Amino acid sequence: MRQLIGLIPLIPLLSSVCLMLLGGRLPRLWIGLLGVGSVGLAALLTGLTAVDFLANPEPFQLTLWVWMQVGNFAPGVAFYFDGLTLVMMSVITGVGFLIHLFSTEFMEEDKSYARYFAYLNMFVAAMLILVMADNLLLLYLGWEGVGVCSYLLVGFWYQNSANGQAARKAFIVTRIGDTAMALGLFLLFTELGTLNIQALGVAANETWQVGDKLPLIACLLLLAGAVGKSAQLPLHTWLPDAMAGPTPVSALIHAATMVTAGVYLIARTHELYLLAPIAMIAVALVGLSTSLMAAFTALTQRDIKRILAYSTISQIGYMFLALGVGAWSAGVFHLMTHAFFKALLFLGSGAIIHCLHHEHDIFKMGGLRTRMPVTFWSFMIGSAALAALPMTSGFFSKDQILLQAYQVDGIGPWLWLGGLLGALLTAIYSFRLVFVVFFGKANTEPDRDTGWRMALPLSLLCALALFGGWIMLPVAEVFPTASGLHPAHWVEYVSIAVPIVGVVIAYLVFYSGQLRVDGLLNMPLMQSLQRFWYSGWGLDALYDRLFVRPYYALAALFKGEPVDAVYGLIVAINQTLNGWLAEGQSGQMRRYLISMVFGLIVVLAIMLGAF
Amino acid sequence: MLMINLILILLVGGLLAMLSERFGSHVPRMVALAVVLLDLVYLLLALSGLPELGGLQAPVPGDPQTWLMHYRAEWIPAFGISFEFALDGISLLMVLLTLVLGAVAVSSSWTDVTTKCGFFEANLLWTLAGVLGVFMALDLFLFFLFWEVMLIPMYFMIAIWGHEQRAYAAMKFFIFTQASGLLMLVSVLTLATIHQSNTGVWSFSYFDLLNTQMAAQTAYWLMLGFFVAFVVKLPGFPFHTWLPDAHTQAPTAGSVILAGVLLKTGAYGLIRFAVPLFPEASIDFAPIALWLGAAGVVYGAVLAFAQTDFKRLIAYSSVSHMGFVLLGVYAWNQLALQGAVMQMVAHGFSTAALFMIAGSLQERLHTRDMREMGGLWHNMPRMGAVAMFFIIASLGLPGLGNFVAEFLVLLGLFQVDPWLTMIAALGLITGAAYSLLLMQRSFQGEPDESRRLNDFGTREMLTMALMMVALIGLGLYPQPVLDMAQPVLDGLLQFSATVVGGQL
Repeated sequence: MRQLIGLIPLIPLLSSVCLMLLGGRLPRLWIGLLGVGSVGLAALLTGLTAVDFLANPEPFQLTLWVWMQVGNFAPGVAFYFDGLTLVMMSVITGVGFLIHLFSTEFMEEDKSYARYFAYLNMFVAAMLILVMADNLLLLYLGWEGVGVCSYLLVGFWYQNSANGQAARKAFIVTRIGDTAMALGLFLLFTELGTLNIQALGVAANETWQVGDKLPLIACLLLLAGAVGKSAQLPLHTWLPDAMAGPTPVSALIHAATMVTAGVYLIARTHELYLLAPIAMIAVALVGLSTSLMAAFTALTQRDIKRILAYSTISQIGYMFLALGVGAWSAGVFHLMTHAFFKALLFLGSGAIIHCLHHEHDIFKMGGLRTRMPVTFWSFMIGSAALAALPMTSGFFSKDQILLQAYQVDGIGPWLWLGGLLGALLTAIYSFRLVFVVFFGKANTEPDRDTGWRMALPLSLLCALALFGGWIMLPVAEVFPTASGLHPAHWVEYVSIAVPIVGVVIAYLVFYSGQLRVDGLLNMPLMQSLQRFWYSGWGLDALYDRLFVRPYYALAALFKGEPVDAVYGLIVAINQTLNGWLAEGQSGQMRRYLISMVFGLIVVLAIMLGAF
Repeated sequence: MLMINLILILLVGGLLAMLSERFGSHVPRMVALAVVLLDLVYLLLALSGLPELGGLQAPVPGDPQTWLMHYRAEWIPAFGISFEFALDGISLLMVLLTLVLGAVAVSSSWTDVTTKCGFFEANLLWTLAGVLGVFMALDLFLFFLFWEVMLIPMYFMIAIWGHEQRAYAAMKFFIFTQASGLLMLVSVLTLATIHQSNTGVWSFSYFDLLNTQMAAQTAYWLMLGFFVAFVVKLPGFPFHTWLPDAHTQAPTAGSVILAGVLLKTGAYGLIRFAVPLFPEASIDFAPIALWLGAAGVVYGAVLAFAQTDFKRLIAYSSVSHMGFVLLGVYAWNQLALQGAVMQMVAHGFSTAALFMIAGSLQERLHTRDMREMGGLWHNMPRMGAVAMFFIIASLGLPGLGNFVAEFLVLLGLFQVDPWLTMIAALGLITGAAYSLLLMQRSFQGEPDESRRLNDFGTREMLTMALMMVALIGLGLYPQPVLDMAQPVLDGLLQFSATVVGGQL
């Protein structure tokens, strides 16, 4: 059984290649069967492996071949399987399968049906390789692979240049992080002589002391990679734009799996981070500040997908916060529950967009509660889990994070307070969405309801979002155990109460209208603050001024090839000399005679001088 | 004899191709393809008779008996000039690359060249012959001869079949290569003279000239003569300005050969001659060479980003990619050198393919200006998908050959100079920027529905498939190439270590 895990990424990959080569010639049914079936098969194999693994939870390794060997640099195409791998693979194949199924209906009328599934299958394969890799180089292959698939899928409707722009932005911004991460790999290999993740943990502990400079640099470089991929400050600006892709893509790549790769990376290399306490604090602060920044932004957006995108950025911020405070398994737990409820929300928004003539503006929706009941309940459950209302899956994971953050020495209570503020905002913006879209009067009539291929994945994800919190993660062996201390009970009660308060506020403001905030919102200060938040804290404009435009200007400056000017100068000198000498060849006899006589005199003078 | 035959087949084949035009203008290209394939098959058959390539001992640079093959015949005995050829793993790799890309180039001239087809194919084959000579000649005088031989037919290819500014581009290409080649000739002659005054014997043989004792100052100047000649060819910053013009103006097959093969002679020369002949001078010079390499990586990428001409953009991307080779050579350790060799092979395929796509676009649209393109994926989905593949390869996606090359170079460089590695790594970001911009401007965006364009046909798809398979193979299992180069690089590293007692 264990030898078969190599097949799990291979099956979607083969399916993708088939679809690329034959795509145009296959009937739609076949394309759908191949695209969905391959991921379903991968999910099935993952399930079988899980049964096998849970019976005998011993991590194992599988080397397919040595990728390249130069001296002692010999990374393999090799997989490592432990509890963390299992969690990630289950999310990728499980949620991935549901999203593929959903896509068959969502993309039904698209001309490039085969191309869509080819990319989506390839993404699943790359993502599986990312989480299964036993060394950082193979992980990097998956890491870049999902990046390219994300690029291809964001720009899937390539005929609209704006989509291409968004796709390029997504790739290039994440590549900035990836390049830093590559430097981290160089540093780790140069210092520790291996890129195998397990061996790195051992070697790092042997070579370095807690608080050394080198592990700090290495961890910060890896963090830069994680920040890019997981859309955290300051490299998060690509994710809202990436919503240009088809909505199931946003659900799979930009909510459930790829954007959490950074969380996985840090969790996977936690042995290194434990040697660099400053890097851990950096992770926590990045997470918290991103979480708050994105939550404020989500509060002001009108586009349903952008709200969810900022919400994703914010929730991944929570995961980073968890990692930064050493709550490794809580971070991974939140990764999983977030995959459930955010995929649910994105698919739900996909259903709305699909049935509402591609409408994105929430204020043009309204009253969908009775018209799209399945989607309504999906959103209710998804938003409840996102807001971390008690007993939903999001509650369990977020609660753990907040409690463990509180226990950190020194800054713990501050992190906790920040997290609480984020939780309050989350509850407000998620239920703002629900109340505006599903209640009130209908502004646009849906032209159809969801079919079974949309309804089934939504229902299953509803179940997971509700009850996913009861799943016990098999990661006890992977991470060091957290301290057994519990904070005071009031901390726990406050953590539970805050999201409920948020929902009540949203109800009063956006549904019943009993709480009037217009006066507050219309104050000039609040107006400009809202504009500031709406624009994503002006970061896009800032980067545009700081990097994009100067780069264009630099390119324009050099376009004429200044180096060539030097060679041009040589040419010019030669031409001038040539001009002068050519003058001498005038065809006038008397000039020739003069120059001959002149020459004779010079020659004579030299000869006489020599004697 | 094998090595001479390889060259002779191409020289005679060129003549045949030229003469065969009288039977119809489509005959020469068939003859040319047959000749290149014959050469390739001949080489492969001969190789199967050799001992296993992977298990080779490291060839000692100074001892021809440890090489795969060695041949020597007198030519001008008075000056110790001989027909001396030798083959080791690296030259064999380059010869294979030359012949494979030679076949690709013939294929890309299939519909592109319509006038004087016979003479065109002849020039193509003669260029290949010159290149093979460069990769195999180990007599420095003979090497210089082949260095010139590959230049002249190439000049004709650009000057006769090139695009609108062909005369300017061809002349520029010729002068740059010729002038720098003269510097190398001076260095070669001086080196032989020094050797003669040291030992009393005239020789131009590589094996004799290694270890020539001379003043450090002299060695430095001679090394510079070689360096400039090779770096002009590579091309390295700031000697690269001939390349955008030559590549842009050359016919497709010319661009394929230029980018795929001719540039590699510069890289090969650095590894084979410039460093081993003057190891100590090279140590002193390495920091400068490394900075030039890093500058090339970034400068090429920025300029590629600025271009609006499809071919010119690819040409500048070559400047950027070849910067990695310069970095790899002068970092002078196993990882970086392997990366440089890998880059020579992988860049050969990826850039050749991109130039073929550029050629196909020019043929169909009669323009290279990207402002007049857009949405071509809609008109030609196959070509779009193929272009996407090679663009992604050229921006260094792991799993494809170019990534292995760039990663190894940077990893090796990091052990020598981490700060410079950071600068060179900027090439990964800027590389993504220009590559994706190329895709956006040409194949994505709003399509022009009124365009009626032929998508890639079977011949084109076959050629492209060959290069795709090569890049995937190099990316996922590069070991055969690494194993071929490994013994040679080990030998060179040991040799330089014994001469100077350490790394560069």
